[in-house]
Amino acid sequence: MSSLSRDDVANLARLARIEMSEEELVSLSNEFTVILDAVARVQEVAGADVEPTSHPLPLRNVFRPDVVAPSLSPEDALSGAPAAEESRFRVPQILGEEA
Amino acid sequence: MIHLSAAQMAAQLVSGATTSVELTQAHLNRIASVDSDVHAFLFVDNEGALKHAAEVDAKRVAGEKLAPLAGVPLALKDVMTQKGIPTTAGSKILEGWRPPYDSTVVAKLKANDIVILGKTNMDEFAMGSSTENSAYGPTHNPWDLTRIPGGSGGGSSAALAAFEAPLAIGTDTGGSIRQPAAVTGTVGVKPTYGAVSRYGLIAFSSSLDQAGPCARTVLDAALLHEAIAGHDPRDSTSINAPVPEVVAAAKSGNVKGMKIGVVKELNGAGYQSGVRTRFEESLELLAAAGAEIVEVSAPNFEYALAAYYLIAPSECSSNLARFDAMRYGLRVGDVDGASAESVMNLTREVGFGREVKRRIILGTYALSSGYYDAYYGSAQKVRTLITQDFNKAFEKCDVMVSPTCPTTAFKIGEKSNDPIAMYLNDIATIPVNMAGIGGMSLPAGLAPEDGLPVGFQIMSPAMQDQRMYLVGAALEAALLSKWGAPLLSQAPALAGK
Repeated sequence: MSSLSRDDVANLARLARIEMSEEELVSLSNEFTVILDAVARVQEVAGADVEPTSHPLPLRNVFRPDVVAPSLSPEDALSGAPAAEESRFRVPQILGEEA
Repeated sequence: MIHLSAAQMAAQLVSGATTSVELTQAHLNRIASVDSDVHAFLFVDNEGALKHAAEVDAKRVAGEKLAPLAGVPLALKDVMTQKGIPTTAGSKILEGWRPPYDSTVVAKLKANDIVILGKTNMDEFAMGSSTENSAYGPTHNPWDLTRIPGGSGGGSSAALAAFEAPLAIGTDTGGSIRQPAAVTGTVGVKPTYGAVSRYGLIAFSSSLDQAGPCARTVLDAALLHEAIAGHDPRDSTSINAPVPEVVAAAKSGNVKGMKIGVVKELNGAGYQSGVRTRFEESLELLAAAGAEIVEVSAPNFEYALAAYYLIAPSECSSNLARFDAMRYGLRVGDVDGASAESVMNLTREVGFGREVKRRIILGTYALSSGYYDAYYGSAQKVRTLITQDFNKAFEKCDVMVSPTCPTTAFKIGEKSNDPIAMYLNDIATIPVNMAGIGGMSLPAGLAPEDGLPVGFQIMSPAMQDQRMYLVGAALEAALLSKWGAPLLSQAPALAGK
């Protein structure tokens, strides 16, 4: 019953920001028919009376005191940057200008 | 020297029979001689390890009070950041990245003067059960080099089984410490969720990920457990409570009067006959040691695998969004006029492997509007049911047990084109992660039909990790007296090396 077409996979890949070849789109869509059938089994027991669990610990917000503490230097923070300029990350064009 | 346990090595360091430099050099030599066959390591830090070892030796000479494992070498799973040391998580997208900070686990290892030899191979971003998903090629099982060492932490467990390191760090999201331990004849422990800090652990599925110790003996695992566990203000999901006394438990091994619950649903059909043989034998040994064996039922465990393959991909689709080619790691397609979005798309196409993409797409789907309730929401409800199964069962027993995996190590390549068959490896380990409790795998012997190691899994309630060490130590002692020598002395593949 559950399946994903090649176009569905293409849309998800776009949302997930992953370029995909035609071959990959088609083969993933084939695999998902099997995978979705397997995972859909959760619906058999997930009744309206069952509370969801998002996390094994009873989580609440954890805050630290609002005091200045040592952190990464700009040099360390930029040490793995694909491109940097004037102590900042240099990134490709984000807004469509020119445009 | 490399065949000793970590505890024995530590004793020799204390007595002055050896030095950390000698011990570290012996392991570096071993890596140089066997790792071309095993491929447990992605990076070996010869210089850094020897330098640290020399510092520890100097402290000892100066009469400083040292930690129990000071000077003993360790292999670190490549999913943990170590300042200045290449860290890839098995992915091309992080090739060449040198983190600017230490994970809390690494900081604690350093504070304990444990010598880090290098980084071990793993399935990309810890997604897999065979280490075949590493972008840097598979690791080979020291018992049979044509077989998988388990995954995702196959490198850490193979390094132990090949005597390349006496201790290792693993991480376990659905069995990535315990399943590799099982198929390599070593010990692996997933502590209670929150017991060991996740700060600096490259996240796969944050509500399931947990780091833990890998070793060749239960006591060694306990010593490492106490070294790395404890509250960390840098991890908001870290438990703020005393670390259970696991070393004392591993030294005691007294199971008289303990109730051991055999999980009815994790045995029988689907489990290899030799796996069942060794499991039954272990139960008899535990009964002979004074434990009471009872049967418990966990009817919702059969849905755990399905729930896991919704929850873990959902969380990973979010966690892996950080690999965007902007601040660190690979960047592809950054030509004049290219948009950030196209650079992101192209980088993630090249940087991620097949299984990672499969899970990101699955997670993106499970979280998308219109499907959320049917998939992710239902999986969260199954998580509740599994936790309730554990709670009910633990009313009747102190620990629960099962085989760690349905089969022994399979051949490299055998399941790599069949995701569902691969996912089934983790059928007995996943429930533990879903409930956030503790789980251990230790060697139970060899399956008669193929001569490969079988793992025995012990599960203990949250915050009661000492219980699995008690039972593990009892079983290990009983098996050792039956075998006459540790199981790994029978590993054939590296004999003569």
